[in-house]
Amino acid sequence: MKKNILIVGASSDVAQALARLRAENSHNLWLTGRSQEALQPLLADVKIRYGVEALGFVYDAETSRPESLLAALPGLPDEVYVAMGYLGNPVCIENPMESTRIMTVNFSAAVLLMNAMVQALIKEKKPAILVGISSVAGDRGRKSNFIYGAAKAGFSTYLDGLRNFGYAHGIHVVTVKPGFIRSKMTAGLPLPAPLTASPQQVAKAMVKAVRKRKGTVYVLPIWEIIMLVIRNIPDFIFKKMNL
Amino acid sequence: MGRCYGDSALSEHIVDTRSLHHFLDFDSNSGLLTVESGVTFDEILQVFVPRGWFLPVTPGTRFVTAGGALASDVHGKNHHKEGSFSDHVLWFDLYTASGQKLRCSRSENAELFQLSLGGMGLTGIILALAFYLKPIETAFIRQHTVRCENLDDTMAGLESYGHWTNSVAWLDCMAGGKAFGRSILMLGESAKLQELSARQASNPLKIHSTKGIPFPFDMPSYTLNRFTVQAFNQVYFHKHPKGGQDSVVHYEPFYYPLDKVLDWNRIYGKRGFTQYQLVIPHQDARKGLQEVLELLAKRRMSSFLTVLKIFGDQPENYLRFPKSGFTLTLDFGISASLWPFLNELDRVVEQYGGRLYLTKDVRMSADFFRRTYPQAQDFMDKLKELDPKGTFRSLQSERLAIHR
Repeated sequence: MKKNILIVGASSDVAQALARLRAENSHNLWLTGRSQEALQPLLADVKIRYGVEALGFVYDAETSRPESLLAALPGLPDEVYVAMGYLGNPVCIENPMESTRIMTVNFSAAVLLMNAMVQALIKEKKPAILVGISSVAGDRGRKSNFIYGAAKAGFSTYLDGLRNFGYAHGIHVVTVKPGFIRSKMTAGLPLPAPLTASPQQVAKAMVKAVRKRKGTVYVLPIWEIIMLVIRNIPDFIFKKMNL
Repeated sequence: MGRCYGDSALSEHIVDTRSLHHFLDFDSNSGLLTVESGVTFDEILQVFVPRGWFLPVTPGTRFVTAGGALASDVHGKNHHKEGSFSDHVLWFDLYTASGQKLRCSRSENAELFQLSLGGMGLTGIILALAFYLKPIETAFIRQHTVRCENLDDTMAGLESYGHWTNSVAWLDCMAGGKAFGRSILMLGESAKLQELSARQASNPLKIHSTKGIPFPFDMPSYTLNRFTVQAFNQVYFHKHPKGGQDSVVHYEPFYYPLDKVLDWNRIYGKRGFTQYQLVIPHQDARKGLQEVLELLAKRRMSSFLTVLKIFGDQPENYLRFPKSGFTLTLDFGISASLWPFLNELDRVVEQYGGRLYLTKDVRMSADFFRRTYPQAQDFMDKLKELDPKGTFRSLQSERLAIHR
């Protein structure tokens, strides 16, 4: 059956890999991005490669209202992937604008959008699967990027709750924690190869998690172990560490 | 993709175009395909062969990007009939050193267009390009192989079978005496539906297999030596019947025999290999090729894969390599004695009005380059105007003193 797949933040490398993966199975794509111009190559690409229907919608996490996006969609989606994210300056406590931006893109805008989506789905009694890309950075705050980490922690907690809330309505929620990804967001950063996934790997892991209706998935299993260890380091040691 | 044999794509800083990976437009009436420059030939085949379209020109590997194919002005087995890749390009968008994005075609920014064809990426970053695919009825090739007993036979064969769209001769560079310059001439024409076997016809637009077999480890550097190459050549030559042979084969073994084995270069061992591709114009080709092959025998050098083909007419155009004549490609494992030997070969090539392909080159001198590419100075002058600071450079362009 042809599904309608909504990908929010479709310009990211992971989202693009995901769009191709879903288009390969002939599903229709609804992609959002910050401008129609940025979306153009993505839409053309999936149409030419896979002959699917692909529509673009302008949505900016910082300025757009979720209701306007929902109103613009031709209907309600069967799968929603929230792939927007902003790493930002890792240490930005002296920069309120940057901190706000990190919290908005990674947390509050995502929450408001998913709230609106879930309400609409419940109203129409439409079962759906919602996927949020969170981060291992949210598993414990570290001095190197704790604003981002806190936003992702909030998002992970929200997704936990939404999964619980949506269950009664036939709405399933998946939390994906990718770890390092080789992408535009991390271009130029020295990333350890064994801990780094490609956008294609992340996309595959997401689709698999959707198919198997998983709750929380780590893309590379090693991250689950690493974060287990990190979460269990006592505070009196952790506070002195350089992580 | 980082597949360039030489140092044309190496530098202190490298721009990786693999993030430019979108198909942008396709016109199914004319076959005009627009892609971002990082899209690979492999992807284009996967998408378009099932719809009955093929690349207008392809090198011996599909692991090249469209932008790289333009910057290297790649050629294939069909050069004598259909030219090189650049000849099928309608326009491209170039990001120049001055930070402008310019649409270049034969009518718009025409000078920049010509400079960039085979321009080794020195004029700027190719962002997107539009070129014509060619329609095919099937993904198969009607192949004819002919055994040529010596060099005269080989060269005459390439000439007389020039009406075939694809032609190439695999040359046994180790054979001496009466068999000097013997070869297997391979000819190919896109197969029609009724030429396929029942099995082939069940999926006439089948794409290549997308799974490769990785070559597991570096062979010792002495694996390919005079004797093993000689033995291989002997067997390979006699595998082909004297009277010629007709068959219908898939495009994969015809165009991309080596792509099946990933990292096949490991057969040369840790020291690696280099390719030496030369072209010599028709009038002196016979003498030139004979001298090259004789020098090979005299210096006891062996080339594992030796390929001869004919180039069609192509006007002199800045750094574009092809020109009417014969082009010979030699593969050498790296060794200390190789470099002086290649200098000797250079002298023969130059004596007969030939030159070397920049995309394969890793060692020619700046002087040799300038003497054999008549428009080199012109290219350098115009590049200087375009990019006075030499923003876009490679180890090769520095070695060839192009920015001076």
